[in-house]
Amino acid sequence: MGLGSMFRRGVLALGATAMLALPALAQRSEPIRIGAVLSVTGPASFLGDPEDKTLRLYVNRINQAGGVNGRQIQLIVYDDGGDANRARTFATRLVEDDRVHAMVGGTTTGTTMAMRPVFEEARIPFISLAGGIEIVDPVSPYTFKTPHTDRMACEKIFAELRDRNLTRVALISGTDGFGQSMRTQCLRVAQAMGITVVADEQYGPRDSDMTPQLTRIRNAQGVQAVVNPGFGQGPAIVTRGYAQLGIRLPLYQSHGVASAQFIQLATPAAAEGVRLPAAALLVAEQLPANDPQRQVLIDYKTAFEREFNQPVSTFGGHAYDGLMILVEALKRADSTDGTRLRDAIRQTRGFVGTGGVVNMSATDHMGLDLSAFRMVEIRDGQFRLSGN
Amino acid sequence: MAGHIMTAELLQFLVSGLTVGAVYALVALGFTLIYNASDVVNFAQGEFVMLGGMVTVFVHAAGLALPLAAAAAIIVAVAAGLLLHRLAIEPARGASAVTLIIITIGASIFLRGVAQIVFDKRFHQLPAFSGNDPILLGGAAILPQSFWVLGGAVLVFTALFLFLERTLLGKAVLATAANRLAARLVGVDTSFVLALSFGLSAAIGALGGILITPITLTSFDVGTLLALKGFAAAMLGGMGSPLGAVAGGLLLGLLESFAAGTISSAYKDAVAFIVILGVLFAMPQGLFGRRSVERV
Repeated sequence: MGLGSMFRRGVLALGATAMLALPALAQRSEPIRIGAVLSVTGPASFLGDPEDKTLRLYVNRINQAGGVNGRQIQLIVYDDGGDANRARTFATRLVEDDRVHAMVGGTTTGTTMAMRPVFEEARIPFISLAGGIEIVDPVSPYTFKTPHTDRMACEKIFAELRDRNLTRVALISGTDGFGQSMRTQCLRVAQAMGITVVADEQYGPRDSDMTPQLTRIRNAQGVQAVVNPGFGQGPAIVTRGYAQLGIRLPLYQSHGVASAQFIQLATPAAAEGVRLPAAALLVAEQLPANDPQRQVLIDYKTAFEREFNQPVSTFGGHAYDGLMILVEALKRADSTDGTRLRDAIRQTRGFVGTGGVVNMSATDHMGLDLSAFRMVEIRDGQFRLSGN
Repeated sequence: MAGHIMTAELLQFLVSGLTVGAVYALVALGFTLIYNASDVVNFAQGEFVMLGGMVTVFVHAAGLALPLAAAAAIIVAVAAGLLLHRLAIEPARGASAVTLIIITIGASIFLRGVAQIVFDKRFHQLPAFSGNDPILLGGAAILPQSFWVLGGAVLVFTALFLFLERTLLGKAVLATAANRLAARLVGVDTSFVLALSFGLSAAIGALGGILITPITLTSFDVGTLLALKGFAAAMLGGMGSPLGAVAGGLLLGLLESFAAGTISSAYKDAVAFIVILGVLFAMPQGLFGRRSVERV
């Protein structure tokens, strides 16, 4: 008898033992299977990569602490590369082959919208990590999301402008998905917030010079402040052009530029005095001691940066919030039944996450209000928490 | 008063358009050189611009002075251009122009992929060569870097003109462009001329990338759009005409800037391309292109 066949017999014996043992094991502690389809690579990798790292880090931590309801969590992550078609294929695989109990993540609005019907049909709770308001408005029974929306960013900016009595506003928006979506939301909420949009300029996402548009804004009648819904390098070039032309009006950027890289690209001199609504994570250490989010933010930041040795980002924070909301709901429901779990997620009240304090309901599947955004100002090349 | 504001405004659009247009012109010039030597439209031209900017950023960040970093970037781009010719174009010699064009598209995707791995996927900036304080001229605020871009472009145009018209090697390039077979028959090494064209195009593209990065920032995929705009500029000016490439580039930049400033910023690209379509409809060979004559 050769070595090969001995080995084969050994494997067979092992397999037989495992098959006998499995059903008993499964009944006692079958893991809770959580699926995730994230854009870990591709154009949205700066979103998907920290989300992936955060989920793995915290699932490990939860399992080491004994799991949830005495059961371990099994995390199944697929990388869609930012492609909505692939995301949908993976969603089907998660439902049919992996038989997940719940789903955290969809990195982008595009992949989320492509996957939503799959989970709705299977009645599996789906917590998306993408920004678009259309994910939860109108509400679909099993779909939730953790990040704040661009409509809230507009409302935050407009509320401050109204308080400062600067009601005549110029928009300069990127024509990329983010810029267009936020521009639409800004135009939609402007009137209700008492804001008049007197100029509405646009630029391409790869444009290299926005001074013609800014010159038009400077010459428009009665502009009191400028708002730049945009993402990527566009807002940095707008900010540079703003300084180049010496425009003195207040400039508001969006939460899309809330990273240290923006200040570096725009140069600190040009970015001085720029204000923007941002997630509290950006200014965690500056929050007052009695801020409910302060401890959660600092804990997350410390854990992430110690593990991965790279700066924390709000996007990873969205994944933390999604996972923790789900874990709390699993405890409340004490079940992995889709509908009971969904009802438990809807009962989320006063959950303190990195994105804000979350209060969900049957009609609100995001649960954040404007206090989730903090107004920050760039001073001396740093983000500084502003008064409100 | 109103008139003064108007001139200041127009001057602002003019400088903005010329600065962006100068880069389009440099890219178009790269297209033209290679097209003349081989009938190939090299769609990896934008990647040379990217290499110019990105290599300068990373070498400068590693501690080398800006001029040395710029020189290194040009060397890297020229090496990439020569390798592209040696490894991708030369082995496919005799293939149709369309095949060669598709090879350059593949090379462009390859270069972008390599840049993504060697560098990273983020945007980067370079310090302006002589400060960021705008110069006020007739009410328009102009960045000193704009003068660097325009000056650099003028220098390249002049040097290239002198090279083509005043040196034997330049004449060999022109001869190859005029008639490849005849050039070979009188002893011009057309294969060498083609390699030279790739090297020159890469150097010109890289220089454009270095000059414009302090204004426009750069990233691994900055070349795609520039190649498209440069190609449009070359078509507008007349494919194969160096003068046409320069004129087409500047015109395209001015069209975009004036359309954004005076008509509608949402439709500025559409306006520019409608004008290009209009010109090509009336003059299919472009503004300065050679009329192709059918000989019987």
